[in-house]
Amino acid sequence: MNQKAPPAKAAAPAAGNSRANTKKELPEHLKSYKHVWVLIELERGVVHPVSWELMGEGRKLADKLKVDLAAVILGAPGGTEDAIKDSFGYGADLCYVVENPALTDYRNEPYTTAMTELVNKYQPEILLMGATNLGRDLAGSVATTLLTGLTADCTELDVDADGSLAATRPTFGGSLLCTIYTLNYRPQMATMRPRVAPMPVYQAGKTGRIIRHEVALPEESIITKVLSFLPDSATGKANLPYADVVVAGGLGMQNAENYQLVRDLAEVLGAEWGGSRPLVQKGWIPSDRQIGQTGKTIRPRLYIAAGISGAIQHRVGVEGADLIVAINTDPNAPIFDFAHVGIVADATKILPALTEAFRKRLALAAARPAAE
Amino acid sequence: MHIVVCIKQVPDSAQIRVHPVTNTIMRQGVPTIINPYDLFSLEEALRLRDRFGGEVTVVTMGPPMADASLRKCLTYGADRAVLLTDRFFAGSDTLATSYALSYLIKKVAQEWGEPDIIFCGKQTIDGDTAQVGPGIAKRLNLLQLTYVAKIDEFDLAAREIVIHRRAEGGIQILKTKLPCLVTMLEGTNDMRRGSIEDALRGARSEIVTWNAAEAGIPDLALCGLKGSPTIVKKVFAPSPRAEKAFQIEVQGKTPAEISDAVIGEINQRQPGLEQDIQKMAAGF
Ligand SMILES: Cc1cc2nc3c(=O)[nH]c(=O)nc-3n(C[C@H](O)[C@H](O)[C@H](O)COP(=O)(O)OP(=O)(O)OC[C@H]3O[C@@H](n4cnc5c(N)ncnc54)[C@H](O)[C@@H]3O)c2cc1C
Ligand SMILES: Cc1cc2nc3c(=O)[nH]c(=O)nc-3n(C[C@H](O)[C@H](O)[C@H](O)COP(=O)(O)OP(=O)(O)OC[C@H]3O[C@@H](n4cnc5c(N)ncnc54)[C@H](O)[C@@H]3O)c2cc1C
Repeated sequence: MNQKAPPAKAAAPAAGNSRANTKKELPEHLKSYKHVWVLIELERGVVHPVSWELMGEGRKLADKLKVDLAAVILGAPGGTEDAIKDSFGYGADLCYVVENPALTDYRNEPYTTAMTELVNKYQPEILLMGATNLGRDLAGSVATTLLTGLTADCTELDVDADGSLAATRPTFGGSLLCTIYTLNYRPQMATMRPRVAPMPVYQAGKTGRIIRHEVALPEESIITKVLSFLPDSATGKANLPYADVVVAGGLGMQNAENYQLVRDLAEVLGAEWGGSRPLVQKGWIPSDRQIGQTGKTIRPRLYIAAGISGAIQHRVGVEGADLIVAINTDPNAPIFDFAHVGIVADATKILPALTEAFRKRLALAAARPAAE
Repeated sequence: MHIVVCIKQVPDSAQIRVHPVTNTIMRQGVPTIINPYDLFSLEEALRLRDRFGGEVTVVTMGPPMADASLRKCLTYGADRAVLLTDRFFAGSDTLATSYALSYLIKKVAQEWGEPDIIFCGKQTIDGDTAQVGPGIAKRLNLLQLTYVAKIDEFDLAAREIVIHRRAEGGIQILKTKLPCLVTMLEGTNDMRRGSIEDALRGARSEIVTWNAAEAGIPDLALCGLKGSPTIVKKVFAPSPRAEKAFQIEVQGKTPAEISDAVIGEINQRQPGLEQDIQKMAAGF
């Protein structure tokens, strides 16, 4: 990786540099906006883990600002109890709860109404949501309704000396990062992708204040109807972001047939399989298996990368892995700059050997009595 | 029927190279393309038009050279293309972009009829925020359907649409009323080649070009840098990791020997992992 920061003008993202010196001059009516909020994504009784990851980040921001961290829970009547309990467990000081039959399934209209009503009434300074299909659908509507700034897909959140949210995200192509502010509008909104932040520690038995808010959402007034929901079958659907072990291949696998070696190892390890972007473009793997900046961010305990050079766009998606093992014929491949264990060798030879070795070990362990 | 499709001209990321030493993007000579996600929406729009009749108007806000992408859309079969270009729009964030585009669409509606459906791409490959579609929908007070995997039913007379929407953990089947704003998921269709006639028409046609005044944008203070609540404060390179990878000895070793060394290293650095894999395999 390079050592010295290149000139800032090299990549002029969103708004160029001409406003980099803008000062914080919050209009009077926005000065009362306080506290950090996280939207808890509750769908069909399950909270998306990205909401807890954001609670961890939100906690740090709230502590720095010396304000409260609030969880915002929208859901069906009687359907929010577990989410409330877990929100306290993951660090909330208080919960804002809206229960309404219209909030049973996610729909843009009632969610936007409920969310903007809450914001206008209770006035948070920071509002965080997951960069999921739900969060991205909702955040854009809410920000436009409130006429405030929204920074997408942040990789880092912080507050600076004057208490403003500093939201960092990759610039185009991901080789540089930029820090974006919403200085003079409130709330300051940002989304973050699943697995970018670590899961915070759960503390059982914690409680806090619960503020219940009524929103009028008569079903007749909501035009969009949910006709049905087809859950993904458990098989075949990739769940890369939350996998414990991920095996991936790159162009170094040379062809689609060799890519099967990646899947063979993944199967023995009970792992998810994926790859670099060129493999999606070549049609060797489906797009939901792409790992990296424009694919999935992963955070496994073990990531095995075979024939992947380690371009920055790939790197930003895998850096959260606990252990990265890279196989590459080129000793100077950039992947060795951030992998923990390197093997300079032909992946098409090493992968089958690894598969075989693991197969034997796991079979042996299975044959031993469980008590061992 | 009138369909409006919003497209953005973007640098072709496949052609972008990152300078190996300075780590900066080498933009020089990078060709521009239609944002790839927008093509799935354009194709879906053309299919609806082919089935139900009517016109497809493609619009973009961008520099004058963005007319190249609009022309390309005409060669695919779009009926009309409109470019909104003005220096006032430079530096727009997504809030300012949706402001300008919503007035552009209003003006298009005045000229050629209210749109029954508006399409946007799922997201762009450069800004990559996925915020402009929802922003336009909110500003035009339209229902929004994002991440659409399939248009299941389209009933122009009843003004109803049923779609499959990709949600977390499954597909939501939603029914709503026209007019609405739709963003298509990638891979849902293949862009057509475009006929010879369309190619010729695309090359010859005039691209309707408006500046802010001509498009009837009421408040320039809400456009461009001035109208953008987000501010880019700094641009910087990510910090490099301190130490390089520990290299497994490979000289004169067989793949099997190397594998054993690798597994030893994994077990030392992630104790318990192999056991957990074992447990998972056994179905615990
Ligand atoms: C806007 C943008 C977004 C992008 N998003 C992503 C993204 O999300 N994810 C992503 O992955 N990429 C992304 N890319 C692409 C990225 O820049 C790289 O081009 C890509 O990651 C390279 O893929 P690769 O490592 O498979 O191929 P290469 O860079 O070609 O590397 C192949 C590697 O295999 C090695 N090799 C060759 N033969 C063997 C062998 N027999 N055994 C072992 N090793 C071998 C070579 O030494 C080489 O290091 C993006 C690019 C842009 C511009
Ligand atoms: C690196 C980088 C980071 C940025 N980060 C942010 C950020 O966090 N927050 C923010 O508010 N702005 C941000 N911007 C600015 C933002 O990219 C611009 O406002 C841009 O005009 C539109 O956003 P987008 O490219 O993300 O489009 P998206 O919202 O991803 O686009 C979705 C769809 O909207 C339509 N669309 C988008 N732009 C146009 C257009 N000009 N003309 C016609 N249709 C269009 C297309 O159909 C497109 O597929 C960023 C820009 C860059 C380069």
